[in-house]
Amino acid sequence: MTDVIDPPIIGGGAGTLVHDDHAADAHAEHGPSGVLKWLTSTDHKVIGMSYMITSLVMFYLAGIMALIMRVQLWDPHGAIVSPQQFNELFTMHGSLMLYLFAGPFAFGGLANYIVPLQIGAPDMAFPRLNALSYWLYLTGSITMLLGFFVAGGAAAFGWVAYAPLSAAVNSPGAGPDVWLMALALTGFSAIFTGVNLCGTIFYLRAPGMTMFRMPIFTWNMLVTGILILIAFPVLTSAVIMLFCDRHFGTHIYDVIGCHTLIHPNVPAPQACGSPVLWQNLFWFFGHPEVYILALPYFGIVTEIFPVFSGKPVFGYKGMVFATMAIAALSTGVWAHHMFTTGTVLLPFFSLLSLAIAVPTGIKFFNWIGTMWRGQLRFTTPMVFSIGFLFAFLMGGVTGVMLAAPPIDFFVHDTYFVVAHFHQVLFGTAVFAGFAGLYYWYPKMFGRMLNEKLGHLHFWFTFVGFWLTFMPQYGVGLKGMPRRVAYYPSGLGWQIYNQLSTIGAFLIAFGFLLLLINLVRSWRNPVLAGDNPWDAQTLEWFTSSPPPHHNYTHLPPIRSERPTWDYNHPDALALRHGKVPVPAGSRSTNGSGPHNNGDGGAKEKVPV
Amino acid sequence: MLVPVVLGGCQIPSFGAYRGSTTQGQTAFKLWQGFFIAGLVIGGIVGLLILWAVLRYRKKSDTIPPQTQYHRVIEIAYTVIPILIVAVLFAFTFVAENKVTAISEGEQVTVNVTAFQWGWEFQYPQYSGVKVIGIETQAPQMVVPAGETIRIFLRSNDVIHGFYVPQFNYSEYAQPGRTNQFDLNIVHTGVYRGQCTQFCGLYHSLMLFSVRAVTPSQFQSWTQQQSASNSASISALKKQAAKGDS
Repeated sequence: MTDVIDPPIIGGGAGTLVHDDHAADAHAEHGPSGVLKWLTSTDHKVIGMSYMITSLVMFYLAGIMALIMRVQLWDPHGAIVSPQQFNELFTMHGSLMLYLFAGPFAFGGLANYIVPLQIGAPDMAFPRLNALSYWLYLTGSITMLLGFFVAGGAAAFGWVAYAPLSAAVNSPGAGPDVWLMALALTGFSAIFTGVNLCGTIFYLRAPGMTMFRMPIFTWNMLVTGILILIAFPVLTSAVIMLFCDRHFGTHIYDVIGCHTLIHPNVPAPQACGSPVLWQNLFWFFGHPEVYILALPYFGIVTEIFPVFSGKPVFGYKGMVFATMAIAALSTGVWAHHMFTTGTVLLPFFSLLSLAIAVPTGIKFFNWIGTMWRGQLRFTTPMVFSIGFLFAFLMGGVTGVMLAAPPIDFFVHDTYFVVAHFHQVLFGTAVFAGFAGLYYWYPKMFGRMLNEKLGHLHFWFTFVGFWLTFMPQYGVGLKGMPRRVAYYPSGLGWQIYNQLSTIGAFLIAFGFLLLLINLVRSWRNPVLAGDNPWDAQTLEWFTSSPPPHHNYTHLPPIRSERPTWDYNHPDALALRHGKVPVPAGSRSTNGSGPHNNGDGGAKEKVPV
Repeated sequence: MLVPVVLGGCQIPSFGAYRGSTTQGQTAFKLWQGFFIAGLVIGGIVGLLILWAVLRYRKKSDTIPPQTQYHRVIEIAYTVIPILIVAVLFAFTFVAENKVTAISEGEQVTVNVTAFQWGWEFQYPQYSGVKVIGIETQAPQMVVPAGETIRIFLRSNDVIHGFYVPQFNYSEYAQPGRTNQFDLNIVHTGVYRGQCTQFCGLYHSLMLFSVRAVTPSQFQSWTQQQSASNSASISALKKQAAKGDS
């Protein structure tokens, strides 16, 4: 292991990186600027921001689609859109949110930007592959949206594209084909990002940054990268096989030409395709995917709670092992989406699904433990993270109910499930996702977002969230199926739907406030400085925004929070049971945790 | 025999679900009650802990709080206790699931249910010529006897559909190339609405049906009536065909 880069501590306040601004500017001048920079850059920060901007556009578009659907469902016989348009809308809403927003925003956007900074790397391991990922993702996103402009309209078989509804005979036209192509493109994009994340985290950590000193966000992105490599190739190949079924006359997922026999004791002919094969393949992707969409967001809040509690992550190692346990279990629970197919071993998938509650519970208690006896500062990232806790708790409890097949039998495919997974995914991708945006925005742009607007954004979203999704549990239990453009009147379902619609518009207003906040920060910038939150991890050590190659020098890395150690040598002593140094005392050249040249060894406490 | 089950269910609220109009549905309902209470207690405790932390530990001064990072006893406790809870939940799930999916050995009334875009066909193989069919403009009705075992053979002609009667607390996929079977033991006579739950294309939202549970004697007379009217319409069709031929 090479020596730790010794920080030249010359004057400057806590957390101030004394890097040479001119040197950084000179760096940037080497490459192109303006539009050409965005088109040609292989810098992980530029690619990360491109990812975030694109995925946010997808988020807003998908949100508008949700609003149209909610207006349609205000009335049992809503006439805003036709059934065909409604089917296209929920298909594209789900596809955009899941394939083009929630995943890419986390592993293409935030992770791309933050992970190299958190581990002290100059860039991702494969910068050009990284650029390819983004351009494949952008191409895939445009391809998916093009579905609305082809004859016959966009794909209208739901984001899960169940066979044989997705077969050429049941879903003719080019819309489904562009949908499949979009999935193949974004699938490859995700696989390349997964490779990049694993490569970066395994090989580009700075001296001293051992695996168990990595921030939890980086840990979770490593596990996410591995899950991507397990899950996405299955989806991509399943999609290609479906394309073959549609165009090349294979019969992988359909039973055309087979006898469909009425008695279960008579076996089906050998040459039959199998519709349920699609479900097995899709959900073998789909369930790890749910955690690909959740683990990065767990990582985000695990960065935020310690910072705004003034404490380290409680149960750091337990957190890491819980993440690994979730990932391992997530590859063995796919058939809980298929309890009502009558083709799966119910007890096995039920038990494994219930078991996921254990590591998830550990995470919850660790988050609570992190806040316990802390000094909580309710900044916008913090309130969004607390919102995540409540949202995900509710989604998690109903998830445990769904893991029991007898209960799943009667809520499967009803609005109960819609409410459940929206609470889970809204909890992660929205509450935790936007907590991350508010948290790292100052690092990315060197300017703060307005706290008042941020809090307003939170409260509209939080109230809207409960108002939208709680009634959906109720109406689902009464028997309202999902994916319906009309519902019977006179069953008392309308009031539930109307409450949902009102809630959806509250959320939409909240996100309008976010746009205003972003615009304001560009018009009237409030400078952030390097470390406005008194944060703990490495990325807050460099300047905001970071220079081209991220670091001109690094602090000593002797724990999982080097920037905190650097700024609070007194707290470092506290942790090791030494006599506390009077609070507020700052490190100077002599008493700070200076480099002892023992990058990988156990930290030494200055006495 | 059913009385204690029903009464037992009555003392606890239904928490928004149907109490179940079949014996299988009642089993599922009791499991739902158990899970709901467990969820309420556990979710409530965790929620209160979060709330307490948020309200109690608001920043009050600039002192650096204790930098606690590990507490082995607490960490082991909140790993082991959830494992035990999951084990108990699974045990109850396993028992309930076996009851709900059990196929009886005794006599039953068999109904072959075929789903298609966008309607249902109910065919009674034990009563020749008895068949009910309907599409989205005219929802069909499945007539069955209450108090007897009804065996459903479920399949689809085209895409995957979902056979769902909310008040039975049960649904199952109707799939092409595969026949699923399950038993229903309806407790009370009455009409129960049903609907396709699995998204199946353009008019999915209009793919309704209903189940009318009648007494066994009413069921017998219904089958005779259906059989007679169906054979009458068949002979009428034959006559028409004969006319057309000549």
